[in-house]
Amino acid sequence: MSSVAIPQPASVDTNPPLLEVRGVAKRFASREVLKNISLNIASGEFLTLLGESGSGKTTLLRLIAGFEQPTAGEIWMSGERLDTLPPYKRRVNTVFQNYALFPHLNVRDNIAYGLRVQGAPKNEISGRVDDALNMVKMAEFATARPSRLSGGQQQRVALARALVNRPQLLLLDEPLSALDANLRKQMQSELKALQREIGITFLFVTHDQEEAMALSDRIALLKDGALEQVASPREIYAHPATAYAAQFIGQTNLLRGEIRRSIATCGVLRWPLEEADTPALFSLRPETIRLCPDGKRQTNEVKFRATIRQQIYGGASELLEVDCGAGQLLRVRLPASGPLADEHDFVFSIADAIRVTN
Amino acid sequence: MISSSLSPMPSASQTDFAMYSRAYKTIVSTPPLLWVALFLLLPYALMFAHSFWAVQDGVIVHHWSLSNYQKLLTNSLYADVLFRTMRIAASVMLCSLLLGYPLAYCLSFHSGQRKELLYQLVIVPLWVSYLVRGYAWKTILGSEGVLNGFLQYAHITHEPVSFLLYSPFAVVLMLTHIYTPFVFLPIYASLEHIPRPLVEASQDLGASPASTFFRVILPLSMPGLLAGATFAFVLSLGDFLAPLLVGGSSGTMIANIVQTLFGATYDWPLGAAISVCILLITLSLLFLTERLEKRWSFK
Repeated sequence: MSSVAIPQPASVDTNPPLLEVRGVAKRFASREVLKNISLNIASGEFLTLLGESGSGKTTLLRLIAGFEQPTAGEIWMSGERLDTLPPYKRRVNTVFQNYALFPHLNVRDNIAYGLRVQGAPKNEISGRVDDALNMVKMAEFATARPSRLSGGQQQRVALARALVNRPQLLLLDEPLSALDANLRKQMQSELKALQREIGITFLFVTHDQEEAMALSDRIALLKDGALEQVASPREIYAHPATAYAAQFIGQTNLLRGEIRRSIATCGVLRWPLEEADTPALFSLRPETIRLCPDGKRQTNEVKFRATIRQQIYGGASELLEVDCGAGQLLRVRLPASGPLADEHDFVFSIADAIRVTN
Repeated sequence: MISSSLSPMPSASQTDFAMYSRAYKTIVSTPPLLWVALFLLLPYALMFAHSFWAVQDGVIVHHWSLSNYQKLLTNSLYADVLFRTMRIAASVMLCSLLLGYPLAYCLSFHSGQRKELLYQLVIVPLWVSYLVRGYAWKTILGSEGVLNGFLQYAHITHEPVSFLLYSPFAVVLMLTHIYTPFVFLPIYASLEHIPRPLVEASQDLGASPASTFFRVILPLSMPGLLAGATFAFVLSLGDFLAPLLVGGSSGTMIANIVQTLFGATYDWPLGAAISVCILLITLSLLFLTERLEKRWSFK
């Protein structure tokens, strides 16, 4: 059932991708900012480049927009080589981090800029600019200078200015980071609705994992200039490939241990696992651990007894820090259940302990 | 409770503070105001008064009349020199814009790592005395000068070219050399203030580099361009050393006339009348550029 709700882009495999990043590397002086990145973006997809500052996500965006040249590799769009074209010949438009609206032009002229420089006929320009103004609900501000607008309004104008050109691909460089929390939530849902409505492919850059989860069809997680994992938000949360992915997206318990004779051992926790003997790392989400009041466990579950060290009330849920003996601490998220104290039995399902690479 | 018990306190300290700050403001602003009154307003007033007086038998008599201004309007010599001066000033403005703007543009947008060094190189001539640079041009342009020497050595000419020195051309050349850094500086400052994402946004929206220049960079650097143009024009308008050094009789400018009237001829009233005219031209120009600069600022 749930697979219906998940927007799994099945078209990725069948249709040729809209954008192909092939083995792209970028080096600034001696610093390697991007290392051998390969990434495909399907037409109509909302893909997010997620990473900490310095992970290379903005550099990758700038390579696609044409503001930087790759040191190695190629970028292709719709069967055409992109990275050899100057920025003004690419059918790609960008929404800049601080919007970069032209201060000497009013809202209408800002939006019309792209169509004017490309020599679109006058009557067509005015119609399309009107449509774009209505789309972002800024028609009443058409003659205002950008300096008179609030952050959210500037954001909308920047979006309209890019979308009016009907790009094949829209690049968004942390467009919501300058807005306050409430406005950001509102703009997130507007952005998502807009993307569904017009069907343009979005490549979105952010360092905010919640934002990435809320908006994206797929997330490409970057770390130190390399791709850590590319998957749908649900997939990347439920099955993180690496310890970094598990920790960066949501909270997790990283269990370091080993597999020997088909038994996984992490501190006091032990469970059967049919794999070759090796040191191993597991990610166990706090909400996959439950209280076990009757002390009985199913066959596919691991039970342990732990002392509650700390309890943080979070409205709908409670975050516990528990000691399962020998100083091994685990975070547990329970539905709000009132104050807990002392020792309790906990269980988690073996399938929820996800093997990750370091 | 708390607020009512505390309320008299700040008001007392506020009056203290207000008195203190008023005294402070008076002490700080008096010397500059005195300076302005003594060395700017008083001389202007004197000049203005002189322009309505006259000279009789070598003495200035305080008879108020418009005769000096009448003389300026009827004697075509003054109008001719004034127009020549404005022509020269306009040429200097144009030439130093044509040199200064591309220089500032290249430095600001396309010089990369060498920006600081190149900037210093542009500024260095400002440290050299005006007179030294004037005499340097004499040495270069004179009939025994470097340029003529080269032209004859290269067999381009057989005898010294005489129009190089002591001509309006020489004046324009020397003033352009002197005022180009003054034009460069405000333009460079305004170019440096253009956020680079705006240039990227323009290209992103499909504008070629040339189109980006005319639609984004040029309009946004307009305040600097206007300031630079005003510098060059106004400073050239009042210059008298360049025409004195390299101008000859055909390159005489209005300031030379004023200098002669005040010095050799001892006709201070007529000199003052000309000065008032120049001042009015300058002021109306400054007024105009300020209006234009406001029109082109988008803060």
